Amino acid sequence: MTYTAPVTGTTSTPVLPSSRRRAPMSQPRWLHPGAWWVWALGMAVAATRTTNPLLLLLILGVVWIVVNARRPDAPWARSFDAFLRLGAMVIVIRMAFQVLFGARLGTTMLLGLPSLPLPDWMAGVRVGGDITLESMMTGFYDGLRLAVLLICVGAANSLASPARLLKSVPAALYEVGVALVIALTFAPMLVSDIQRVREAQRLRGRATRGLRGVASAALPVFEGALDRSITLAAAMDSRGYGRTAPVSVARRRSTSLLLLGGLVAITIGAYGVVAEGSPLVVGVPLAVVGIIAAALSLRLAGARSIRTRYRPDPWRWQEWLVSASGIIPAIVVGAASAAAWSGMVPSIVPPAWPDLPLLPAVAVLIGTLPAIAAPPLPRPRAVTSAPPARVPATTGDVAA
Amino acid sequence: MIRFDNVSVVYDGETVPVLRNVTLHIPEGELVLVVGRTGSGKSTLLRAVNGLVPHFTGGTLTGRVTVDGRDTRDHLPRDLADVVGVVPQDPSSAFVTDIVEDELAYGMESLGLAPDVMRRRVEETLDLLGLTELRDRALQSLSGGQRQRVAIGAVLTTHPKVLVLDEPTSALDPGAAEEVLAALQRLVHDLGVTVLLAEHRLERVVQYADRIVLVPGNGEPLVSGRPADVMIDAPVAPPVVELGRIAGWSPLPLSVRDARRAADELRRSLVGLRPPLRAVPDATAIPVATMRSVRVGFGHVQALAGVDIDVTAGEVVALMGRNGAGKSTLLGSLVGLHRPSAGTVRVAGDDPYTLRGPELVRHVGLVPQDPRDLLCSDRVSDECRAGDADAHAVPGTTRALLALLSPDIDDSTHPRDLSEGQRLTLALAVVLAAEPPLVLLDEPTRGLDYPGKEQLVITLQGLAARGHAVVMATHDVELAAAVATRVVVLADGEVVADGPMADVVVGSPMFAPQVAKVMAPERWLTVGEIEREIERGRELA
Repeated sequence: MTYTAPVTGTTSTPVLPSSRRRAPMSQPRWLHPGAWWVWALGMAVAATRTTNPLLLLLILGVVWIVVNARRPDAPWARSFDAFLRLGAMVIVIRMAFQVLFGARLGTTMLLGLPSLPLPDWMAGVRVGGDITLESMMTGFYDGLRLAVLLICVGAANSLASPARLLKSVPAALYEVGVALVIALTFAPMLVSDIQRVREAQRLRGRATRGLRGVASAALPVFEGALDRSITLAAAMDSRGYGRTAPVSVARRRSTSLLLLGGLVAITIGAYGVVAEGSPLVVGVPLAVVGIIAAALSLRLAGARSIRTRYRPDPWRWQEWLVSASGIIPAIVVGAASAAAWSGMVPSIVPPAWPDLPLLPAVAVLIGTLPAIAAPPLPRPRAVTSAPPARVPATTGDVAA
Repeated sequence: MIRFDNVSVVYDGETVPVLRNVTLHIPEGELVLVVGRTGSGKSTLLRAVNGLVPHFTGGTLTGRVTVDGRDTRDHLPRDLADVVGVVPQDPSSAFVTDIVEDELAYGMESLGLAPDVMRRRVEETLDLLGLTELRDRALQSLSGGQRQRVAIGAVLTTHPKVLVLDEPTSALDPGAAEEVLAALQRLVHDLGVTVLLAEHRLERVVQYADRIVLVPGNGEPLVSGRPADVMIDAPVAPPVVELGRIAGWSPLPLSVRDARRAADELRRSLVGLRPPLRAVPDATAIPVATMRSVRVGFGHVQALAGVDIDVTAGEVVALMGRNGAGKSTLLGSLVGLHRPSAGTVRVAGDDPYTLRGPELVRHVGLVPQDPRDLLCSDRVSDECRAGDADAHAVPGTTRALLALLSPDIDDSTHPRDLSEGQRLTLALAVVLAAEPPLVLLDEPTRGLDYPGKEQLVITLQGLAARGHAVVMATHDVELAAAVATRVVVLADGEVVADGPMADVVVGSPMFAPQVAKVMAPERWLTVGEIEREIERGRELA
């Protein structure tokens, strides 16, 4: 099969007028999804190391600004709002639990509630009772920390396309990754299936709401999803998915061992880093060793896969900058918390208005950098869904 | 290139083999068309080429299938990915990625090609199939023809020697189908790719085929040969071939061009004669459905931009136009699925958007593009009972209608196991149980073979005769020619033509049926009309 066509080398970025080309920052392209995840996890780590609500709200604001500046217009990118709502729910639930069931803290009464008398053997458990300012504050601080952590993950989710992330996944994890990404794309299809079947139910003069409506729609929807997954599996198989290269048994075993050891080390290390009061001296080195071991094992396991990558996302200075602007807050806030600086854990008993610790706050503000430093999003060439005029399949100079 | 040696296939739990003792050799660089009735084993034959049968589907395959010297017995589909490219029936269900460019690269990534090779081949394939403009578009945003071309491109990048396609044009409008077939032609002629394709719409592809393989079904032996020879007594044939058969032309014409050359005498013998006028409904009668300057929009897309239509009882209206012209939206508005942003819709005096439940089904019924959406029971008999209950009809109504439309359906069959045509009639019976004055069909011929289509034509004519108004959206010009009393052509949400079939389609390169193209400027539309005329001539003589 030989034919010549001019390889034009056009990239997916639209050509800009030369005057706007000077600044390298203005060249639109997709940032490496890994960089977004490093940044977001950095912010998340920073959030776990403090209960200061001012600092936490600052982190939230920083994340919100960056997401709004660099979020693409794609279905997966809309999940951020859902994460915001989830965060709000977490705070409410955490406060409710603290107020109703938590240990009584402090003496500043806000509201007297009757308490449920419990037998002696349930000592330590409390239901109802007086609501104090201190327990409200504890619930709010804890809930806010968890909410910000979740929202940071949500930010990574909506900034980095899952399909692009898949391209950068180590070869050994690729097949698991494909399954996950396909599951993600199936969700919107399922929604449109449900829509279609409900319309059909209406056409039959049936109720589309209520238990009966849902039940009669479920069968066709699931049958459709099953059909589609079988078609997809057949198509992927016929396109070479799952081809492997032969690997020796010894190598396979050492790979598994390394991976297992690495994961255990990461788990313990992560506990050391995140959990309050545990020594960072143990946590950080263990986490680092674990990450190295796991990375090595993935590299070894990758030898089984013969896959190559088409136009992988490059890792340029913007990626370094974005990652750094997440790692710096994590390190500074983590160090400040380890050194027990004032303001990292604001006083609850007695209740006091929290102060904003200066240096950690400045570090967190560095996290806004990606809002400017990350390259702008490429615009799709044709925005409308209207199909362009039919292009006759003529010779290769169409692209010229 | 492809060799079947005494191949038989039996699926698990079946006793009758789908294919029996098939021996077939397809040389390199041929475009082979596989024809046969629905369920005759065409798909099985196609899927055996790259080993999906039996490695993926199960069942037992005896004999030997080799492709480019590789035996499918010891090569899994994935090991044949560099030799055979398979494009499934519905391309969008087989897309793995979400961007055109990534989809083209996917197969090469799996095969482990070097990055610079991948980059070059993606560019070449974009050019070859005219996809350059679409390279960074989301796959979901493409039109049907574009999707089909991307699906073909996605398997082409691995440079397969064989391309297998299952009904590549059945979901496409005539223009998009030509686009896909032109691309295939080019692959065969310029690159020497061997193409094996199954298609029901023979009128679109038969002229391009180098060879036809006829799968008669029921395990009977295959017939393979030159198109003009096989078509002499094939059970499925496009209109030009049927015209050639009744006119006694030899060799049989396969394209409109061949037929026009042969038809000189026929045209002269019919000069001055006119096909019988189709029943035109009384212009003064009160229309069953009216639309007045109806606009429907989704987001910033205007699907209908001011549509005026009247439909009277006894009419069969064919709604034609490109994919995405607004046909389905128009049907949806008539059945109250969409609320117009402006204008009024009335069906039998009421606004369908406000109707619910049994009220709605007594006004209007719609058979959706995929009749399976409408069906939700495990057995045909249960489905019929549910149909009676939904329509508040006398028990047994739906079953009686079904027996009338398609007498040989077994009560205990699962609706999904019915053939496409039978499923369509079941859905139609469910819809008709409530006796709606207006019956709508969305792409009813998708997946129907010629006998199935003939049955549908009879059914629709019966509906019109019983006083139903029928509106169907279709890409199938031959179906429209056979049954429609009126054609409405939509483009970009506007009505661009509305009138009797013969007035609108004769002279239209896109919507004229084959017979009209052969007989132009005379206004004949179907083989049936000409056949009756010839017979009358013989009787007179």
